Amino acid sequence: MSNGHGSTAGRIDLDLIAQMIAPESRVLDVGCGDGDLLALLRSQKNIDGRGVELSQEGVNASVARGLAVVQGDADADLSDYPDDAFDYVILSQTIQATRNPKAVLHQMKRIGRRVIVSFPNFGNWRVRLQLLFNGRMPETRSLGYSWYDTPNIHLCTVRDFASLCEDLGLGIEDALILTGEKAWRISDPGMLANLFAVDAVFLLSRRN
Amino acid sequence: MNTIEKAAGPSGAPGPDSQEFEEGGIRVQRAAMTFGPDQPLALDSGVNLSPFTIAYETYGTLNADKSNVVLICHALTGDQYAASSHPQTGKPGWWPHMVGPGRPIDTNRFFVVCQNVIGGCQGTTGPKDIDPATGRPYGLSFPVITIGDMVRAQAMLLDRLGIRDLFCVIGGSMGGMQVLQWAAAYPERVFSAIPIATAARHSAQNIAFHEVGRQAIMADPEWKQGAYLSHGTTPGKGLAVARMAAHITYLSEAALHRKFGRNLQDRDSITYGFDADFQIESYLRHQGSTFVDRFDANSYLYITRAMDYFDLADDYGGVLANAFRGTAARFCVVSFTSDWLFPTSDNRQIVHALNAVAAKVSFVEIKTDKGHDAFLLDEPEMFATLRGFIDSAARTRGIAG
Repeated sequence: MSNGHGSTAGRIDLDLIAQMIAPESRVLDVGCGDGDLLALLRSQKNIDGRGVELSQEGVNASVARGLAVVQGDADADLSDYPDDAFDYVILSQTIQATRNPKAVLHQMKRIGRRVIVSFPNFGNWRVRLQLLFNGRMPETRSLGYSWYDTPNIHLCTVRDFASLCEDLGLGIEDALILTGEKAWRISDPGMLANLFAVDAVFLLSRRN
Repeated sequence: MNTIEKAAGPSGAPGPDSQEFEEGGIRVQRAAMTFGPDQPLALDSGVNLSPFTIAYETYGTLNADKSNVVLICHALTGDQYAASSHPQTGKPGWWPHMVGPGRPIDTNRFFVVCQNVIGGCQGTTGPKDIDPATGRPYGLSFPVITIGDMVRAQAMLLDRLGIRDLFCVIGGSMGGMQVLQWAAAYPERVFSAIPIATAARHSAQNIAFHEVGRQAIMADPEWKQGAYLSHGTTPGKGLAVARMAAHITYLSEAALHRKFGRNLQDRDSITYGFDADFQIESYLRHQGSTFVDRFDANSYLYITRAMDYFDLADDYGGVLANAFRGTAARFCVVSFTSDWLFPTSDNRQIVHALNAVAAKVSFVEIKTDKGHDAFLLDEPEMFATLRGFIDSAARTRGIAG
């Protein structure tokens, strides 16, 4: 499972996610890579963290930092966790690479009181223009793959994502969009956000 | 082989008979401790075993606050000689890549204890030892033992050695079962636990393979209803067949193909007979015959039975997670892709149960074609994982590195 933890966009992404997390909470990072976010949260917020990571290298790097990380993937292994096991379940730059994003989000909602998802926005104006003028599948900095070898098999736009959250009974508590190096808090994941966001970060909670 | 000479005097005698030497840069203590009538081993079967002896080895030095103890639990046909030469066979210890100076279990840093399990045949009391009630070898009158009994005996030895806390309990296969039992039965004593290629309960398929092995032993006329020592015979053929069948389960089809294929043994063509035409046959026969030299047939019956009976959840209302409820230990579970004896799914059940009680659990599935035996072999990825896990746990525990 690919994730953006290593990239520059990923770093900003991590900082934004970290700001959303309350101290002393229980956190599951799905697709945790080398454990950068968990290590950051451990030192900054004193959280009790767990990780899920597909790659052997990522698991080894995380375990060597004293993090508790299970080798597995979002699609298959979230069902192993009990209800309400975590205060936050995080999926950073990974949802677009899952086989069944809806099922993954549903599992995250089940095991975490709050859900944080960040993803590249396919509704960004550059992406739209590439398709419009080139007639070719877009390749951008955060989506730098050809159509035939991309791990990103379920790309979506900010509005698509908001609509799925609505379907799943997930309320949006907070939403940030990234435009290059800058982050903006948005009150409405609408047309404008969808046009300018390169990446988006959503803090979600169950709507009862 | 004679059992190690037991410590003279009444139980509670402080000094085990022991020898100390250095091998491969490791300070080895080779010892045996006897527990007298005042300290019987209370077995799960209800029997009190007494007296009994535990043969064990230690490597390295116990630190001042006794915080650096690593307990290694051996597998079915393993023994206490994890990192030193086997006194009988002269072969190096069975876990050379894992244990030693600078190894993941660094003998310069940790005080490592490895005990021969109860029912074993390397100095710990087992069916080949003399039953004090009859003056003859126990044979089948030895009580049936369990994984729980093995761990209880290990705890008694550690108590006797003045060791309460285990920095780490580690083992593969049946050793992994003991690790799980330790974490469940003595949670306050275990800081970290590494169960490798194991299961919280023995599968039907594995019980089936064990039964084949036991039947092979019992079908050997030399077995004499288990009383072969009194008859001066050895059920070597049966034990060798048991070992051959079991050995196949420790490997994988891919590894067998890679190592042997259909290659012929010291011949250019098939012989139209039942000699070991194929290398794999010759290899298995060798495995069988060398095993007979170092292992007791009745011990094999008893220890395989202990594995068959292992079902940790059964002791906790049928819910495995309950076995680990409230545990503060950190776990690192390891499985291997080509292990079909203790497949990843068995290991994942352990992870699942630990997740259910919010335990600190890490898990890796190592890619290898070497099958179940991979845990004993040179698997750099496994060492990388475990080195990272052990080092970070040691830092947290404040063990000087």
